[in-house]
Amino acid sequence: MSKFRHAEAFVPASDAWELLPFRFERLDLDRVLVTNMVGEHLFLTGDEFAQFMGHGLPADSPLVRRLRAKQVIRRADEQLPLDLLALKTRTRYSRLPYFTGLHIFVISLRCEHSCPYCQVSRQSQDKRRFDMSAETAERALDAAFRSPSPYLKIEFQGGEPLLNFDLIKEVVTEAERRNESEGRDLSFVIATNLALLDDEVLEFCREHDVYISTSLDGPADLHNKNRPRPGNDSWERAVAGIRRVRETLGIDRVSALMTTTEGSLGRAKEIIDCYLEQGLREIFLRSLSPYGFAIKTKSYGAYGADRWLAFYEEGLDYILELNRRGVAFTEIYAAIILKKMLTNDDPGYVDLTSPSGIGIGALVYNYDGDVYASDEGRMLAEMQDTTFRLGNLHEHTWEELILSSALLEPLEQSFTLSAPMCSDCAFEPFCGADPVYHQATAGDYLGRKPLSAFCQRNMHIFKVLLNRYESDPFAREIFLGWSGR
Amino acid sequence: MIALWGRAEQVQLSAPLSRSVWRLTDYDSATAERSARALLVYDEPEEALPEFELYITRQGRTLSEGRNFIQLPERFDYLSADDVLRLSPNGERVNVIWRHDSVQNSVLLTERCDHYCLMCSQPPKDANDDALLDDAFDLVRLLPPHTSEIGFTGGEPTLYGGRLIELLRLCRNLIPDAAVHVLSNGRRFSDLNFAVSWANIANPNLMVGIPLYGAEPALHDYVVQSEGAFNTTVAGILNLAQLEQRIEIRVVVHKQTAPHLVEIADFISRNLPFVEQVALMGLETIGFARANLADVWIDPVDYQMELVEAVTLLDRKGLNTMIYNHPLCLIDRKAWPYAVRSISDWKNEYHPECLRCSVANDCGGFFYSAKYRHSDHIKAIDPVDQRRNDLPLLALSN
Repeated sequence: MSKFRHAEAFVPASDAWELLPFRFERLDLDRVLVTNMVGEHLFLTGDEFAQFMGHGLPADSPLVRRLRAKQVIRRADEQLPLDLLALKTRTRYSRLPYFTGLHIFVISLRCEHSCPYCQVSRQSQDKRRFDMSAETAERALDAAFRSPSPYLKIEFQGGEPLLNFDLIKEVVTEAERRNESEGRDLSFVIATNLALLDDEVLEFCREHDVYISTSLDGPADLHNKNRPRPGNDSWERAVAGIRRVRETLGIDRVSALMTTTEGSLGRAKEIIDCYLEQGLREIFLRSLSPYGFAIKTKSYGAYGADRWLAFYEEGLDYILELNRRGVAFTEIYAAIILKKMLTNDDPGYVDLTSPSGIGIGALVYNYDGDVYASDEGRMLAEMQDTTFRLGNLHEHTWEELILSSALLEPLEQSFTLSAPMCSDCAFEPFCGADPVYHQATAGDYLGRKPLSAFCQRNMHIFKVLLNRYESDPFAREIFLGWSGR
Repeated sequence: MIALWGRAEQVQLSAPLSRSVWRLTDYDSATAERSARALLVYDEPEEALPEFELYITRQGRTLSEGRNFIQLPERFDYLSADDVLRLSPNGERVNVIWRHDSVQNSVLLTERCDHYCLMCSQPPKDANDDALLDDAFDLVRLLPPHTSEIGFTGGEPTLYGGRLIELLRLCRNLIPDAAVHVLSNGRRFSDLNFAVSWANIANPNLMVGIPLYGAEPALHDYVVQSEGAFNTTVAGILNLAQLEQRIEIRVVVHKQTAPHLVEIADFISRNLPFVEQVALMGLETIGFARANLADVWIDPVDYQMELVEAVTLLDRKGLNTMIYNHPLCLIDRKAWPYAVRSISDWKNEYHPECLRCSVANDCGGFFYSAKYRHSDHIKAIDPVDQRRNDLPLLALSN
């Protein structure tokens, strides 16, 4: 049929290509990762990459098609690739105008546990001065409602917040009262070790739809070693608490967090099995952060990034194996990264977003009225480094807090699109700025990336996820599902 | 196959017909509303027939002089009240344009098109056929207000510009509950003014189905045989999305597109995640597809890996994903949940293998054009002993 033109007739001449912003990383001998401006990725062989860089791609190269499909190159007269990149970039940053949605109330710094890895430096003495006052809580609510976010999540933190439960009740009822005219999407979370859970707390949570976040480090021996309390029954109480919350409030009303200590290493499977036994279907495999008692007791320094990553991979592989057997189970950190990797959405996870999540992703109102840019920021302050203290609810206005240089400086300096070694990193779209971590470990907002364990940990996980995604069709399917959570 | 086109057996008209579009009514449903209605005559005695401008009769039935009637051949016996016919002025050519008991009524608005797709099932013609659009206006005016579904197709309906918008506005006003589906190559929407006029129809039941045959220009432009098509079509989709319009993306799977299905799915999920649904469609081997068979035919069993991967990707990314025009025996079981019975009933037929197939009731079967080319792998699934006899069969030559 002569009326039809051949495929070649629609392929532009080879010298017509213009490069669009992209970044690359040599992964191994013959594999180069290329990411476009918004984090869509493709793999090239070394030869392909050399050809591409030398502007020597033949017009009919299948690679031209792949590069155009991901907006890595365009014909000079094409507008659409720019429009698509712009649209995806806008989507990626679409949470920013909402500003702070998560408001953390440190309701009491007291705790009946005495965990050696405690990162918030809890106070064990029964001192009323470590409880938040009603007046401070009122001011904190004022601040929370000044945020323009249509979603407000109030999270009660400690110490152990149930030690000051009366104040939680006051804050919840007062927030609900204010919200009658504010009309925000308002939710509440109590971060508790569940040891003090009783009927009154449960009934209140049921009435006010309060979500429970707790700690579960794994099997009893490990958990109880990590989390000592009088009676050495932290695990028993946590597990009983989880069951009661699931039965009273609903299975989707409680989640657990684990912290990796040296004792956890090599036991990823057991830890995950412990979550399964409690009916939990997700886990957040978390390394220790360099704050509070974790530093003082040397828990933090007990294992390096390498050992932690081996632990993480062991856990991830076991979770994939569970899914293969038909048990839907999610690793939350991977899910956060995969969302950034495979969609245009940035979940805005405080430790892995840019601009950094400090202040924007969360504000912390300490028991004494001090306001911090993140939970880690107040942990650092308990170690006498008040870099991320934005001011005090009793002394400063909302504008003063939000526009303080303690917030704006680190935000600006750590922004990954301009930070040295971040701006040209192929993983930048998956990663984020963590000025608090780098302040704690290197003494400034940026740190030195080749020495940064943050960098080492995350880059390794990015590679692990990409490799599984590319090479294992089953992992790909599971990862796609996690990315859409 | 259900006959939609044909010639009258006998015609008796006192003058050429005053209009081309007629809604059928019958003795039981006849009311005072008689304009543009033709009475469908079964076996009522002539003296019982109420006065109508036109009668449609069947099987040798004639009416006395003075009555205008058109006698149809037996294959139109399925017609009943509320079906709509398009008749030539002399009454000899008959086209059924609406079957009230079908939920897949698709109205052809024009045969003109600015694409020239390799596998087009309705090859474009240049002649002015505005009359088709005029008839569509008449049709919509004749439809019952509670009509649930109507489709408009071409050619390229948006070539009419403002007159298409008028027609769609008429649909919103006269058949407000109807799901209105328009098939378009989407290019016209790259003109923001046109996209805005589309959005201003303000019909929440309106959806446009736009085909995409590649993740980048070279492949898509080749398939539709038009340079610049990809960039304008996607720009049009972006305009519609900005105006919060409902969009379906359609990907016809054939020899050129099949190897790139995953890439296309990835492109859609990442660049067009706002679309309401994505349909991966089997090839209809008629029109240009038949002429270009060597360039477009691929046995569906040869792209199952790509198909499964593409639907999985789209589904996990939260896109409503469907597989059209694929019989179940030719697709991987992992893809079954996405398979939809999508072939318009009038051209939907089955293979002799289907008669013993245990899942024939859930299967979409074939286009009647599968008689020209079909897979070598059609096979009854978990065959049953009892052969059924209620399926319309493909007219296979052997």
